[in-house]
Amino acid sequence: MSKKKRKEICIVLAGEAGQGIKTIETTFASILKQYGFHVYATKEYMSRVRGGINSTEIRAGSEPIRAFSEHTDLLVALLPEAIDHLQHRISTETVVIGDSEAISHPGMLDIPFGAIAADSGGKVYANMVCLGALCAFLDIPADFAEPFIEKQFSAKGSEIVANNITALTKGWEKGKSLVKKLPFTLDILRDSAIKKRLLINGSEAVAMGAIAGGCNYICAYPMSPGTGVLTAMADFSKTMDIIVEQVEDEIGVINMALGAWYAGARALVTTSGGGFALMSEGLSLSGMTETPAVIHLAQRPGPATGLPTRTEQGDLNLVLYGGHGDFPRMVYAPGDIEEVFALTKRAFEQADAMQAPAIIMTDQYLVDTYYDSPGFGTLKAAQKHAVMKTKAGYERYALTKDGISPRGIPGYGSGMVCVDSDEHDTTGRITESSMVRKAMVDKRLKKLNTIKQQTIDPVITGNAAAAIVIIGWGSTKNVILEAMSSKQLESAAVVHFPQVFPVPEKAADLLAKAKHIAVIENNVTGQFADLLEKECGTAIKHRLLQSDGHPFSLETVRNWITDFMKNKRG
Amino acid sequence: MDKSFEFAFDDIAWCPGCGNFSIRKALIAALDELGLDKTKTVIVSGIGQAAKMPQYLDVNFFNGLHGRGLPPATAIKAVNPDLTVIAEGGDGDMYGEGGNHFLHAARRNPDITLLVHDNMIYGLTKGQAAPTTREGMLTPVQVNGVKANPLNPLAMAISMDVPFVARAFSGNEKQTKELIKEALEFKGFALIDIFQPCVTFNKTNTFKWFKDNTYYLDKKYDPEDRVAAFAKSLEEEPFPLGVLYRNIGRTTFEEGLEVYKKNASPLTERKADLKKLQSIIDSRR
Repeated sequence: MSKKKRKEICIVLAGEAGQGIKTIETTFASILKQYGFHVYATKEYMSRVRGGINSTEIRAGSEPIRAFSEHTDLLVALLPEAIDHLQHRISTETVVIGDSEAISHPGMLDIPFGAIAADSGGKVYANMVCLGALCAFLDIPADFAEPFIEKQFSAKGSEIVANNITALTKGWEKGKSLVKKLPFTLDILRDSAIKKRLLINGSEAVAMGAIAGGCNYICAYPMSPGTGVLTAMADFSKTMDIIVEQVEDEIGVINMALGAWYAGARALVTTSGGGFALMSEGLSLSGMTETPAVIHLAQRPGPATGLPTRTEQGDLNLVLYGGHGDFPRMVYAPGDIEEVFALTKRAFEQADAMQAPAIIMTDQYLVDTYYDSPGFGTLKAAQKHAVMKTKAGYERYALTKDGISPRGIPGYGSGMVCVDSDEHDTTGRITESSMVRKAMVDKRLKKLNTIKQQTIDPVITGNAAAAIVIIGWGSTKNVILEAMSSKQLESAAVVHFPQVFPVPEKAADLLAKAKHIAVIENNVTGQFADLLEKECGTAIKHRLLQSDGHPFSLETVRNWITDFMKNKRG
Repeated sequence: MDKSFEFAFDDIAWCPGCGNFSIRKALIAALDELGLDKTKTVIVSGIGQAAKMPQYLDVNFFNGLHGRGLPPATAIKAVNPDLTVIAEGGDGDMYGEGGNHFLHAARRNPDITLLVHDNMIYGLTKGQAAPTTREGMLTPVQVNGVKANPLNPLAMAISMDVPFVARAFSGNEKQTKELIKEALEFKGFALIDIFQPCVTFNKTNTFKWFKDNTYYLDKKYDPEDRVAAFAKSLEEEPFPLGVLYRNIGRTTFEEGLEVYKKNASPLTERKADLKKLQSIIDSRR
């Protein structure tokens, strides 16, 4: 029987924290990309420092890959429990690879990771044995991989580098001897242009987009999965003018960020749902004082501590309604790494221009996922900082046609910049005058009109005139697109919302024309679907929802959409 | 332009006889006598009667949330060290709601002056216990008397090496002014806990009580001996007034920031360096 020819492969590595999976993942992904393959990697991990079971999925192929797949071609189990942990992702097509000293599974390909590692200098090198075998499976020469290992371990000395390379080579040889046992052959096309693409994750893209938007101050309290952005900014601050401050709590974080903006800096805050909840009063302060704020919220499942290291899109209502009183805000929901960059930059420009808070919503899946990306094009300077030099008699809250008052900063000009959390008059001083109150409420809400005019339209893929409309927001963008066949796209419009609030005006029109509407989102109630119903007045009965802490898989989405389109329920 | 920080207000929210009036006078006099540029001075405050202070001065201000004066004050000074930054509020604002920020500001040591009006009671919320209320006081909420120990802000500050720790009494406007001047000129986090009577809600710790229960440190007192200063800060009834502790030379938050190591210009005056960003992006290729 001839073996199936595959143009892509999905590899899952599973082991406990501390077994070096992270090193395999980052090194292997770089090797794949530099070898000219498209690559994608995502991870799921437990909220603990050692032990447990974590897994990383790496997909490589001839075409760009941007979605999580449950289908597993190769499962590398570094400990016995990994097989139970990933049972639902093991099919008849899955080849399990493990060390028979520790693991047994029907049809398993045996690689004595432990023994080979011990021969190479110690058990600690087992992950390199694994990396070597994977390279062999993908027909990547061992000497192509070696420079990556040298780079990775050079700081640890030549002996460590040599041992790692020995382990890699021995693993490669073992892998080579097993290739014929794989039930498929791989025919992944190499494209040297891929080498020039970026390999970054969502967290790094937030940080890069922020800097492109003029960010020069980041403060945060560490909270998974928002911490990656803080770490990335701290790393970038080694060469750039950025103040990085870890604050005592999230309440301090948001208030510190507002102080930085007030004085003329551009501050970013990064957090997760619990931290954002603590920032609610500060968010309201941003609204009242009309001090810009940019908050990155990487969602994880709640309520309360929930599943700290896993993913969900369950914080939309928190972001829409968090903060007491009425004030305008902007909420962005990037769907991929390129959008993360562009929308974070835009959040800075818009927060500055509108003097209002802008929130970028990602989730654990998006910030921890990476793939080869074409990048962000030529960097353009962010819109000019909208601060003015003040004159004596300056009024921070001068009434204007669009509600936006020219913003001064202290020490720049001869005016006084007075901002107040209390209701205030045009000069920023406290008042309880009903007339002034009314004027100020109107002024703040007027800004929403301008914000609405500048809201990003939903992105439509497929047949824009189709009666079937499939809607997503944030990180579901690519799993929906990859799940759908080109034939399905001829009779359906896939609509991704990069900005979820204010709801773009086009949404109402789009929904009114559609006959069969479905919303796909990773939370249990359909928070975005509810928002669309409220804003557009169209009922949305069909919702693919999930709340198990995992990202949507291609298979889940594909099956559901196929069924939905076939039955055209609506 | 008039250089004074004096401001002609139409209306003021304080009760007649409130200690805040003398603190205001002392503060304006201190700022004026030091000849500070009011366009380059910012008062950051929270919420409460004391926190309304900047409303009655001609100065830049960030009158933010209850308890949250110190985080924005720290950031303002960090992004523009050319500014003189004062954080001001009451005992509830700075030691209660904002207590955590106080502890961490002490760790950071930003070059800002912190003025805390300490009247041992909550005024704006009408007479409940403050963190500094003396044990046993009856209030509409603490109906059986306050059971918790009063917080000792000076001992706390000295234990954390806040480099300038002083106590003033609003009843002595001149000494309060001199202490504020000293704090403003000091480089580093400078705390002045200012005793003041609340004429409406605190009938125990009155003007007379403060006068009878305080004394001025004499010239022989050495504020640079930290252990002695800590011992001094534990003295109660009578409470010492003056500079209890001073540590000249502790590195400030701003001095420690990498962005000022090679370039002294305020962060707010710098442009984003897209070339450097591009090279970071390119390093991921």
